[in-house]
Amino acid sequence: MRSNFYVLSFMAVITIILGFLLSYSSAVLKARQDYNIDIDIKKNILKSLNIPADQSKKLSQGDIQKLYDEEITSININEKGIISENGTLSVYIAKDGDQPTGYSIPISGKGLWSTIYGYLALEPDGNTIKGITFYQHGETPGLGGELEKDWFTANYVGKKIYNSDGMLVSVEIVKGQVNQSGVNAIHQVDGISGATLTGKGLNNFIAQDLNIYKPFLDRIRVGENILE
Amino acid sequence: MSILSKKSKLALTDPMISNNPISVQILGICSALAVTVKMETAIVMTLAVMFVLSMSNTVIAALRKFIPNRVRIIVMLTVIASLVIVTDQILKAYVYDISKQLSVFVGLIITNCIVMGRAEAFAMQNPPGKAFLDGLGNATGYGIYLIAVSIFRELLGSGTFLNMQIIPQSFYDSGYLNAGLFVLSPGAFIILGLIIWFQRSTTKYEEA
Repeated sequence: MRSNFYVLSFMAVITIILGFLLSYSSAVLKARQDYNIDIDIKKNILKSLNIPADQSKKLSQGDIQKLYDEEITSININEKGIISENGTLSVYIAKDGDQPTGYSIPISGKGLWSTIYGYLALEPDGNTIKGITFYQHGETPGLGGELEKDWFTANYVGKKIYNSDGMLVSVEIVKGQVNQSGVNAIHQVDGISGATLTGKGLNNFIAQDLNIYKPFLDRIRVGENILE
Repeated sequence: MSILSKKSKLALTDPMISNNPISVQILGICSALAVTVKMETAIVMTLAVMFVLSMSNTVIAALRKFIPNRVRIIVMLTVIASLVIVTDQILKAYVYDISKQLSVFVGLIITNCIVMGRAEAFAMQNPPGKAFLDGLGNATGYGIYLIAVSIFRELLGSGTFLNMQIIPQSFYDSGYLNAGLFVLSPGAFIILGLIIWFQRSTTKYEEA
C-alpha cells in the first residue's frame, strides 16, 4: 500500500503531463480546425446558391475559398431589412455583374435531437427557393440525417415561400410524397420516412427565420435595389 | 526466426477471432451499433480505436509499476480520455468531413468497454511491447466485426458499398426498397447477433 502522499503526487504529475499534452495539441491544431469549419460554411453558402452550377465536381478547399471571394458579397442588415453595419442578420448575395442572382440566408433551429444549421437561398424574386443546405446537425444517420442529402434538399428547389395573396407561408414538409395536383403543392416538399419530427422542426425554424427576414424579402420582392 | 515470439504473436492474433472482444466477450457493442450505418465511418472508427487502444495499453503498461493500485481506474481513464480527445482533434483538423459524420462517437471511445477492459486485464500485468500488440489485436478484432456489420447494413439499408451505388436503379424502378430497419440500431443488433451465432457455431465456442 502506497502512502497518500505518493498517490496524490502521482496523480498531480499525470494530470499536469496530460493536461499539457492536450492544450498543446489543441493549440497546434486549432488554426487548421477553424479553417476547416470556415471553408465548410463557405462551401454550404455556395452550394445553397448553386455555385458552381456543376455540383458533382469535388472542390478543393482552395477552390472553395477562391470561388467564395469571387462570387459572394456578404452584407449585414437590421431587423427592418436595411443594410446596417450593426445589423445582426447576414445575407450572402451572388451576383452576375451588377445583377443579383440569389440571396442566401442562414437558418437554424431544433430538429429532433439537435440544433440544425444551414443556408436557404432565394432567387432574385425573393419568393422562389434556389437551394438549401444543412451543414451541421446531430440527427439520426439514415433517418433525420438524410436532410443533408441531395435528394432531400433538391425537393426544395423551385418551391415558393409566398402564396398568391402575398402571405409568407414558408414551405412545409409533408408526410410521404407531395400531392402534385394539390393547391399547395408549390409550398410543400416530400418528407423523409422515419423522420417526421425532424421534418416538423425544419418546418418551424425555416418559417421562423424567413419571418425574421421578411422586411428584407419584401424589399427585394418589389424590386428595390437593396444594395443602395 | 519470426519477428514476434510465439507468445507475443498470440497476444496480437488471439483477440482477432478466438477471443474477439465483440463476438466472444460481447464488449464494445454500443459503438458497434452506432457507427456501422456506413462503412466509411466504421473504418475511420476502427482506425481511431486502434490508435487509442494500442497507445493507452502501451502507456499504462509502461506506468504499471508506478500506478498506485487504489487510483488505477482513475489513471487509466485520464490516459484514455486524453488520447481520445487528441484523436478527435486530429480528425477534426485533417478529415473534417468524416469527423462530422462520426460526431459524438469518437468522444465515446472513452466509454468503450474494450479500452478500459484491456487496460485493466492486460496492460496492468504486462510489459509495454506486449501490451501494445494486445491493444492492436483487440482493436483489429473489434474493427473486423464493425466493418462486417457495416457492410451488411450499408448494402441492405442504403443499397451502397463504400458510398458507391450497388443495387441498380432498375431494382428501385421495379419496386425494390431499401430496408430502413438496417439503418436503425435494431437492424445492427440482428446482424451482429447473426454474425456472432455464425462465428460461435463454426468455432464451436461455448460460454463457460
